[in-house]
Amino acid sequence: MRTSLKENYFEQVWKGISTTLIGMRVTFGHLFKPAVTLQYPHERWTMPERARVRIGMTYSECTGCGACARACPVDAISIETLKAQQDEDLGTTKDGTKKRLHVLKFDVDNAKCIYCGLCIPPCPTGAIHFVPDYEAMQLTRRNLIYHFTILSATEIESIRQRDREAKARAAAAKPKAPETTLMNPSPPQPSES
Amino acid sequence: MLATLLTIAYLVGVIAFVFSFALFAVWFERKVSAWMQDRLGPMETGGFQGWLQTIADAVKLLLKEDIIPAIADRPFFRLAPYMVFIGTLGAFVVIPFGAQFVGADLNVGLYYVIAISSLVVIGILMAGWASNNKWSLYGAMRSAAQIVSYEVPIGLSLLVPAIIAGTLSMQSLAVAQQGGFWNWNFLRVPPFGLMAFIVYFWASVAEVNRIPFDIPEGESELVAGYATEYSGMRYAMFFLSEYANMFVVSAIAVTLFLGGWNAPLSFLDFVPGPIWFLLKCMALVFIQMWLRWTLPRLRVDQLMGVCWKVFLPVSFVNLLVVSFWMLWVR
Repeated sequence: MRTSLKENYFEQVWKGISTTLIGMRVTFGHLFKPAVTLQYPHERWTMPERARVRIGMTYSECTGCGACARACPVDAISIETLKAQQDEDLGTTKDGTKKRLHVLKFDVDNAKCIYCGLCIPPCPTGAIHFVPDYEAMQLTRRNLIYHFTILSATEIESIRQRDREAKARAAAAKPKAPETTLMNPSPPQPSES
Repeated sequence: MLATLLTIAYLVGVIAFVFSFALFAVWFERKVSAWMQDRLGPMETGGFQGWLQTIADAVKLLLKEDIIPAIADRPFFRLAPYMVFIGTLGAFVVIPFGAQFVGADLNVGLYYVIAISSLVVIGILMAGWASNNKWSLYGAMRSAAQIVSYEVPIGLSLLVPAIIAGTLSMQSLAVAQQGGFWNWNFLRVPPFGLMAFIVYFWASVAEVNRIPFDIPEGESELVAGYATEYSGMRYAMFFLSEYANMFVVSAIAVTLFLGGWNAPLSFLDFVPGPIWFLLKCMALVFIQMWLRWTLPRLRVDQLMGVCWKVFLPVSFVNLLVVSFWMLWVR
């Protein structure tokens, strides 16, 4: 406080007292205002429906085209597919696109993901999208890889097995000659990306 | 023999009270600060409003490693927190909690309180010097300068009720204010009793090194001032003594200006004196917290300016007017 004794000494003293009282009135008013704190683990915000937080996908909508994996700038998405057999009908997505591929693996690595959203526009069926789930903490990095396939390990194995049998049948049915021209001796495995 | 035992039991009770009050006050301050900032403060520990928080903190501080810097002055470094705490605790001996509740009714009680409170300065200086650290030393020097300066208006303001009551004994000072709140010293010789009370209260806030007068431990400049090098239980002693000191200065203000353990109106006499006393003290402690969470920290020159240019002249005028009033008017 600059107190020059020559002039307005009492004014300055009064100013010191009155401004203190003004400040005290403000803080006293806030004493009875409800707190803005959210007791987080006990109460949660309801996130906006379309909040862009984490990548999620609807497995039943996926055609296994791999457009998202190609668009991903950090290769966070890895997809593995197998062609469906002639006698198999995998159904259609909601917009009527026929599903032709078994999606054996659809993994999104959230440790790699930069949440840019570039995978979303290329998707022809809208299967991949943002979800408003923000509690993504995991204790190991391995758990940050989200497995979106709903097929179990035995189902995947049986699909592979049927594919191999079909390949073998096709190979047996074919004439022997082109076999020698193949550069790659291993059986062709149609897989995505 | 019985009287001695009773006194000892009383003082043990007072020490227990001081510790529990300090723990409560730390919790209460955190709640008050949170409410004033539209927050909640501690909510988890112990269920209701986090009431166990400071006890948990004290246990944590007890279990911490006790670090003494290699170049510190070990004996003084160890002694300093206890000096501070003794200075605070010693004042409780003469504070009258009620008509029968006083450790020792010294006939120089007021003088004793002012004298023993000055031990706190010695403890703080000791801590700052023994820490062998520039921040600690700066904090301690500032604290000493501040407390020594503010003792002057405090002493002069405390003389006003002493003149009105004609005694220095704390118990007699409380008894002299019996019979309704208009007999309390802050309403005597208006407005000079009130002015003395305000000057004492403000200067006492400076005496206990609290915001807005907390330059000795201004954390933005001095880390933690004289407590920089302290850790664990020794730090907790400083912390507890700060809050106990808040109670002491409030208790002195209540005893001398706000009627001590007397009820404000005679029909309220059925409520025991200690309850009135504690209620009034808690109100003043709350005002100290309120000030802390309202005002910013003063600069050193502002601090000294307020003391020597405002508080000191005002308390001199008070003292003179009240002296002449008691001499001639009554």
